[in-house]
Amino acid sequence: MKACIKLIGVTLIAASFIAGCSNAGQNNTNKLPASQTNTEGNAEEKIELTFYYPVQVGGPLTATIEGMAAEFTKQNPNITVKSVYTGNYSDTAVKTQAAVQGGTPPDIAVLLANELYTLLDMDAITPLDSFIDKDPDDTYVNDFFPAFMANAQTDGKTYSIPFQRSTVLLYYNKDAFREAGLDPNKPPTTWDELAEMSVKLTKQGQWGIEIPATAPTPATWLFQTFALQNGKNVMTSDGKQAIYDTPENVEALQFWLDLSTKYKSMPKGVIDWATTPSDFLQGKTAMMYHTSGNLTNVKANSTFDFGVSFLPKKKQYGSPTGGGNLYIFKGIPEKNKEAAWKFIKFLTESERAAQWSIDTGYVAVRKSAYETENMKAYTTDFPEALVAKDQLQYADSELATHNVGKTVKALSDAIQRVVTGNSDPASALKQAQEEADKALEPFNK
Amino acid sequence: MLSAKFWRDNSFAWLLLLPSLVFLILFTFYPIGKTVILSLQQSDLAAREPIFIGLDNYKSLIGDSIFWKVMTNNFWFAIGTIPTSIALALAMAVFANKALRGKGFVRTAFFYPNVIPMIAIANVWLFIYTPQYGLLSRAMKYVEKGDLNWLGNPDLVMWALIVMIVWREAGYFMIFYLAGLQNVSPDLYEAADIDGARPWLVFRKITFPLLMPTTLFVMIVALTNSFKLVDHLFIMTKGGPDNASSLLLYYIYEQAFAFWDLGKASTLTIVMIVLLLIISAVQFFWMDKKVHYE
Repeated sequence: MKACIKLIGVTLIAASFIAGCSNAGQNNTNKLPASQTNTEGNAEEKIELTFYYPVQVGGPLTATIEGMAAEFTKQNPNITVKSVYTGNYSDTAVKTQAAVQGGTPPDIAVLLANELYTLLDMDAITPLDSFIDKDPDDTYVNDFFPAFMANAQTDGKTYSIPFQRSTVLLYYNKDAFREAGLDPNKPPTTWDELAEMSVKLTKQGQWGIEIPATAPTPATWLFQTFALQNGKNVMTSDGKQAIYDTPENVEALQFWLDLSTKYKSMPKGVIDWATTPSDFLQGKTAMMYHTSGNLTNVKANSTFDFGVSFLPKKKQYGSPTGGGNLYIFKGIPEKNKEAAWKFIKFLTESERAAQWSIDTGYVAVRKSAYETENMKAYTTDFPEALVAKDQLQYADSELATHNVGKTVKALSDAIQRVVTGNSDPASALKQAQEEADKALEPFNK
Repeated sequence: MLSAKFWRDNSFAWLLLLPSLVFLILFTFYPIGKTVILSLQQSDLAAREPIFIGLDNYKSLIGDSIFWKVMTNNFWFAIGTIPTSIALALAMAVFANKALRGKGFVRTAFFYPNVIPMIAIANVWLFIYTPQYGLLSRAMKYVEKGDLNWLGNPDLVMWALIVMIVWREAGYFMIFYLAGLQNVSPDLYEAADIDGARPWLVFRKITFPLLMPTTLFVMIVALTNSFKLVDHLFIMTKGGPDNASSLLLYYIYEQAFAFWDLGKASTLTIVMIVLLLIISAVQFFWMDKKVHYE
């Protein structure tokens, strides 16, 4: 009996120690290739890559990604990709950063392009320049659209590769246009036309337009469209300054507010990001601002004739880019980094980028993807898929700064305060500027 | 000195306690200690290594207008949910206890909201509150023209959340009241019946006082719950519009995992722990005296 109790006691103590200490040791053991011991017969070492990826839009994308990972292993038998579905973008960020802080980073992950400075501040990611320089294919990086690369580079270094990227599009219901006596092939091209047409399209049970303002990112992302159209982006390209409080931005926010208060062609208050596409598909709104990432979803589910177009301009056209890039992490063995680079190149091959774009509605990230037969055939049938790509020449990077959580929140609070009628654009943006300056202060020393 | 028997008995007791102790230390005391330390440090994206800053985090909370907004929200949320859900739970329990036919069905129906996963509930209610074609909007159309954007309007969003939580909590608390009601001796009701007491009087003089221990327990649970709500906010509002529906735990989450400001998040956590301790202490030591135990 006594011996038995002793045994239990010892086991428990031992177990609790293992539980407590394993975190520290995991980093090293985990990353060693599993088959290091049975090297005989294997010319190359086996490498296992951990790949975190989110799914943000509708559709069975997990299957597509798993399929690509399997295909990659078929081509590179010594590399297995363990793909881990990690929820939406913010879940993925939380999981990745928890893993980084716990000392067990993934080898490769898809994270929002605007997380760049956060990842740099955490010292979590590897610059890719050495791989790019070594690569025999020196056109590789230049083949990506410059608007997408803007979020991937800083200080002359490249830190990530664009993967699932988007812009904002204007979706409009052609049937509703016909009913309102408007030309279904002439969507609004300026702010004035947008206001005017949205009024004509508003009737009992149907709004003219919906622009969602859910916190934090939909609000700031869509605000950036107006800011870009009316002048310039809302931050500097080194990520150290936020530029919120300008007369142009006040005018932009005023226009957003006017749609619901002055023109009464948009619902009042904060419109939800997730329900906006349903509103559009149900005919509850004749137009909507939404990501190009939703194009395939709208195409598959619309019961009416719809069109997409550039966002209407003020001084110029404009849209921020959005979506996720591929990052390689620090603190993993060198050969994992190389295998990860191989996987990145595989994922972004022109043919595959084209297919990915067709499957999802995301913009294909490389110019050459639009030269492939597959893409040509698809876009002849469905020219709407080219609009987001064509808009890229007017696009600029998504709001990305150091301490990006706080700067985004400062702006999205201001936007919500205005669209809910609790503040005027000028004072809301002034307050947002103060908050953002405070959040960025430590990075400007 | 102490006898061998003393040591034997005591070490045996400690061994039996060991498993719980290990878990308690690992998952409760160690994290609390770590949180206290972190709350005294600046640990955010600007500081790669945490810097000791004393009580600065606490001081900065005083000037943080969003923190005060969140606390006010939480106050009104507690006032809105606790009394209503408890009163409703009591009424439902009395009804479910008396229901002659379909007793099982009535109880299941009332308890049902607690069986559904939180996220599913949030999505269902998101649909209910959707403007234009949401269930509530459709119902409102019959009463007046109203097409209210429940979750997108800072004046309405808290009400919308309160209604949803009352709906969910009442069924949960009903279970405790049902158990309490089963413990009330039938003799008392018989005696009241012989004296010809009316139902309301019976409820006031017998049922309610005898249920006081249950009420105390339910109140503590309800209060802690009102500070713990977080899941629905993710799906339905993200704390918006303009922080109008942000509650303490959501604010903590935001600081920690959206802003990576671990120092501030820890400070807020300590504030929450202290607040909950005070509330429970008041309820236990002060209200407990007023509760009648059989």
